[in-house]
Amino acid sequence: MSAATTTKNFSVTLRVWRQAGTKQAGRFVEYAAKDLDPNMSFLEMLDVVNDELTLKGDEPIAFAHDCREGICGTCSCTINGKPHGPGKGIATCQLYMRSFREGDLITVEPFRAEAFPVVKDLVTDRSAFDKIQQAGGFITARAGSAPEANAAPVPKPDADLAMDAATCIGCGACVAACKNASAMLFVAAKVSHLGLLPQGQAERDRRVLAMAHTMDELGFGNCTNQYECSAACPKLISHDFIARMNRDYLTASVRSVFKVESASSGGGAG
Amino acid sequence: MNPIAFLFRSSIGRKVLMAVTGVVLIGFIIGHLVGNLQIFQHPDHLNGYAQFLHQLGPLLWVARLGVLVCVVLHVWAATVLTLENRAARGAEAYAVAHTLRATLSSRMMRQTGVVVLAFVIYHLAHFTWGVADRSHFKENLAHYTMQSEYRVAGFPVVKAGTEVLDVHSMVILGFQSPVVSLFYIVAVGLLSFHLLHGIESMFQTLGWRSERWAGGLRKIALVFCAAYFFFNLTIPGSVVAGRLKQQSAHLVAVPGR
Ligand code: HEM
Ligand code: FES
Repeated sequence: MSAATTTKNFSVTLRVWRQAGTKQAGRFVEYAAKDLDPNMSFLEMLDVVNDELTLKGDEPIAFAHDCREGICGTCSCTINGKPHGPGKGIATCQLYMRSFREGDLITVEPFRAEAFPVVKDLVTDRSAFDKIQQAGGFITARAGSAPEANAAPVPKPDADLAMDAATCIGCGACVAACKNASAMLFVAAKVSHLGLLPQGQAERDRRVLAMAHTMDELGFGNCTNQYECSAACPKLISHDFIARMNRDYLTASVRSVFKVESASSGGGAG
Repeated sequence: MNPIAFLFRSSIGRKVLMAVTGVVLIGFIIGHLVGNLQIFQHPDHLNGYAQFLHQLGPLLWVARLGVLVCVVLHVWAATVLTLENRAARGAEAYAVAHTLRATLSSRMMRQTGVVVLAFVIYHLAHFTWGVADRSHFKENLAHYTMQSEYRVAGFPVVKAGTEVLDVHSMVILGFQSPVVSLFYIVAVGLLSFHLLHGIESMFQTLGWRSERWAGGLRKIALVFCAAYFFFNLTIPGSVVAGRLKQQSAHLVAVPGR
């Protein structure tokens, strides 16, 4: 994005999705956002609009936010049809008003997915991602003091790649941008960031199968390899991880068929 | 889950089914095209080739059934996945539709696929069942007598002097209708367009695509689709242009050579 810093204040019109609750019907409402500093963030602009609404006795626009520095993934909404708005590799909280011009009509919608029900206005319930994580996004490690860091050697390229996947902040922009509301990029990132590391090998097969199946059960769509997800991702996580997960899933499903199981399952000193 | 359930029930499994059936269908259409290009040679070639296929008897049926199963599975997976995808967006669509980088070909897969399916059915009605253009159907044309032996991989499979169906004439007579030829050309164009995304997509689905060679893969897909379209175009194109005529004598000119 251009860093051209203009100083002249300007005004835009917001077209915001208002919905009182999950079960209620929603609609667009227009608001004039006047005299905006071009260097204020999009969320600060919403704060200003909300101050005015509150003073007038109206219900402020509900939007989710937390860190406001692009690391928590809370500030999810769709701006002019793009999750997190114009710009590459940013979350909504990193979007500045200088990306817009005087007189612009800015449409703000919640992320649209059956698996992400609207809680209120722009706030969606993305706990479906937590359910996917709970299905396999973890490793089993011995509790207690941290082991010596160099005990498990990790090749540098693997560590770098795992780190790329681990930058996922779980914001849901991939689902929101996908033509099919598929969660493949999120799941692929979570599967890969553990699956690439030696610590993640023990549960590798179980993880990819469980996370992919949970994704299916939660009503996300199916990938059509159009890569809208990675283009919208605030961390620009590559869709190469999706190819990697597909391969991992295929191998794991074949292996699971021939897996030998212990006769004395459950219990015992592990 | 057993392996079959993985393929039929899970999202990735169905995508794999789609990709694998796609590979088989691509193999089929390549073979089909190469066989058909014999139309530019002496009629002995296409007619001998058709006779050879029919002589395969039960083997031909195994191949036909294989292709049919692939088409059914491919279309079934496409339908089921598409319905799920529609539902996954939820009741409320975006007010502002926005595409970041999805190619036109990738966004038209369903439409191009449906036209291709309709075309495949018409094509069978035309040249296999003979219900689309009865008067020019091979069984209603004069038989053709093989002038020379037809060989496959060096083995003689159809002897000279054998009376066979005149597929060569049927195709040329069929394509003399500009409307029919145009439909073939458009349909094959849309199939090539389907494959432009399909080829890249199947590599991704099977986990064999990465940014390291994505550019190369894209070029390969583009060259394949352009070549596939061009060679298919030459057959109805040459007939409509009057370069390829029904004949019994020698070689027929190949356009552009
Ligand atoms: C000769 C016929 C056909 C061939 C060779 C073919 C080939 C392919 C290939 C290779 C793919 C990529 C698989 C993947 O995404 O992993 C594909 C995808 C697809 N095909 Fe076909 N196909 C044919 C006919 C059809 C028909 C008749 C339909 C529709 C009714 C259809 C609908 C689709 C759809 C919806 C996709 C998914 C696209 C996506 O992933 O974005 N195809 N096809
Ligand atoms: S508020 Fe935390 S990423 Fe935007």
